[in-house]
Amino acid sequence: MTKIVRRALLAAGLTLAMAGATPAQTPFITVSSTTSTQDSGLFGHILPLFRAKTGIEVRVVAQGTGQALDTGRRGDADVVFVHARAQETKFVEDGFGVERRPVMYNDFVLIGPKADPAGLKGQKDVAAALKAIAEKGAPFVSRGDRSGTHAAELALWKTAGVDIEKAKGPWYREIGQGMGAALNTAGAMGAYVLADRGTWISFKNRGELDIAVEGDRRLFNQYGVILVDARKHAHVKTKEGQAFIDWLTGPDGQKAIADYRIEGQQLFFPNATQPGA
Amino acid sequence: MREAASILPLAVEGLAYAAGGARLIAEVSFTLPAGGVVAVLGSNGAGKSLLLRLCHGLLAPGAGTIRWAAADGAIGGRRRHAMVFQKPVMLRRSARDNVAHALRAAGASRSEAAMRADAALARYGLADLAQRPARLMSGGEQQRLAIARAAALEPHLMFLDEPCSQLDPGATRQVEAMLADLSARGVTLMMATHDLAQARRLASRVLFLDRGRLLADAPAADFFTSPPGAEARAFLAGELTWS
Amino acid sequence: MHDVGAAFAAAFRLIGEGDAAFFAIVGLSLRVTLTAVAIAALIGLPLGAGLAIARFPGRSAVIVAVNALMGLPPVVAGLILFLILSRSGPLGGLGWLYTPRAMIAAQALLVLPIVVALTRQTIEDLWSEYREHLASLGLTGRRAIPTLLWDARFSLATALLAGFGRASAEVGAVLIVGGNIAGATRTMTTAITLETSKGDLPLALGLGLVLLALTLAINAAAFGASRVGARVAGAT
Repeated sequence: MTKIVRRALLAAGLTLAMAGATPAQTPFITVSSTTSTQDSGLFGHILPLFRAKTGIEVRVVAQGTGQALDTGRRGDADVVFVHARAQETKFVEDGFGVERRPVMYNDFVLIGPKADPAGLKGQKDVAAALKAIAEKGAPFVSRGDRSGTHAAELALWKTAGVDIEKAKGPWYREIGQGMGAALNTAGAMGAYVLADRGTWISFKNRGELDIAVEGDRRLFNQYGVILVDARKHAHVKTKEGQAFIDWLTGPDGQKAIADYRIEGQQLFFPNATQPGA
Repeated sequence: MREAASILPLAVEGLAYAAGGARLIAEVSFTLPAGGVVAVLGSNGAGKSLLLRLCHGLLAPGAGTIRWAAADGAIGGRRRHAMVFQKPVMLRRSARDNVAHALRAAGASRSEAAMRADAALARYGLADLAQRPARLMSGGEQQRLAIARAAALEPHLMFLDEPCSQLDPGATRQVEAMLADLSARGVTLMMATHDLAQARRLASRVLFLDRGRLLADAPAADFFTSPPGAEARAFLAGELTWS
Repeated sequence: MHDVGAAFAAAFRLIGEGDAAFFAIVGLSLRVTLTAVAIAALIGLPLGAGLAIARFPGRSAVIVAVNALMGLPPVVAGLILFLILSRSGPLGGLGWLYTPRAMIAAQALLVLPIVVALTRQTIEDLWSEYREHLASLGLTGRRAIPTLLWDARFSLATALLAGFGRASAEVGAVLIVGGNIAGATRTMTTAITLETSKGDLPLALGLGLVLLALTLAINAAAFGASRVGARVAGAT
């Protein structure tokens, strides 16, 4: 028995080794980022430009911001590209990241059914709008996945003076999934949902959904990029990772971000040089 | 069969076997010299099949010894006794590959096995069926193939467990012809059967079992003309009235 | 109803336009799944056969455990492998996470119990039929395994197909250990998940149709081949 099994295991190992072999390895880095950047199609636009310039392939693992930071913390990514300022700062302070640099912003929009059960039409104040939703118990879909959007939503409830832990009821649905899934769910349930504008513009299954509130300054959504610290994880590709960050926050990358449009609309606004962003 | 050495005679002494508290074989002793056809007779449940399996080494005896003239019944590392079962076990392969498989198991090289398989099939008139899937052949063909497969191993002794019990008279005649041929070529046969007519036609010696005990060990002619003991007489009378 | 129509249109467009990225995804899916099944077969067939003929204390418990593992949720398999292959895990040094190797390993892990369990069942039946004859030929214990595996090959092909079906359909494990990286670890199922989350339901369903067609083609081919083979060998 043992001999046959040993031989089979050996053969299996060889098969696996051969199957995984990639011919003529091109240099690549792994970036853990958010579903919003991937689902909006931004990476599909800018990464080929970066590769053409440097020959470095960027492999993006799209997750919620919290999970993306965890991936960096575990050493499974070289660069983290997310949008949750407080968590990013903590990531660097804990020694996992070298330095946080601002890259760009987009804004959140409050999406809701055209029937508008909370009566938000014409409302410009997002805090007042959320308060109305909570008071009327109108259905609301929360990402509930520790993503940047989820963090932003929780902060907005606080701004609105609603203690969501106490106020949550059957009307408040935490789905624990990505942005696209949250929009699909909101559409199917006739619920309100907080979304980043990029995902919203490129989202194809809008159905009865429309923008309910937009333009409030408190809806701005800042993205930051962080190189994982090689002092924590020695295998991190510091040189290539830094090259990506430098490009992203440099003139070429910033222009590439500004150039990305869907149906004529600009999705992300570069602001790497803006102090305090 | 031209080797100087033989695994025979086989000496069985004080053989016993029990299962589930029941003594199925008890105090069986006999010696089997080279040559001849030994019929193992007895009614159902007398222990005929068990005796063959014990001698062939498929079952471990509870007590007693089975001693071959050559150690383990093997010469040059090859076991020189083979067995044919009541219901032939056909591998899911062609007739030829069934024989070749047995030869490969006995250590033959691929080419040697193929050659000897073809020779065995040709000798027993199965050459035309060589490529046929063994499991799609008729019962008679399957049993002839099973015997040819065992014969290809060039055994000194072949055990046969009721080889014709499921065959029609035509197929039975063909199998008996094969057995006569094997015997004429010097292969010793030890065959369990309940077909007395067949035993009369083929056997040179009879071992008569009754409830696990060896009650008679006699030349066939003597056994049939003057059966020793009441059980043997009753058995012969009973079988005759039934057939 | 028009969604289904749009899905078929999307499916035909994907194939018709010969989009390189699309074919890369299909190619990767097939490569990952077929390799995983091959590995599971190399390990699982002898292991299952061994389990069929071996007698040892605790054998029943092992059989029950293997049968139960057939229902191992892909996400759990993915998570376990993720923790092992992560840079912070015991095998992090391999650098397999977020590569096709990790996906192959995950799918092999899912397929292995199916292959072992079905092989065990098939071989045990055959073993009861063959045992005395093989023992008569001196093929006892593990020496019987090659004969049994070969003679059961047509039934075992079905076991491998079942494994292929499980691997090609699953998304949870490859998503976790592969990361759904465009151009590197995106498979048909993770692409379907992505397109669904982007709200492009027709494209997602179109991809699903292509996957279904591929699975159907592979099953039909394997089924046909094993039927013909079985008839020729008289194994039916």
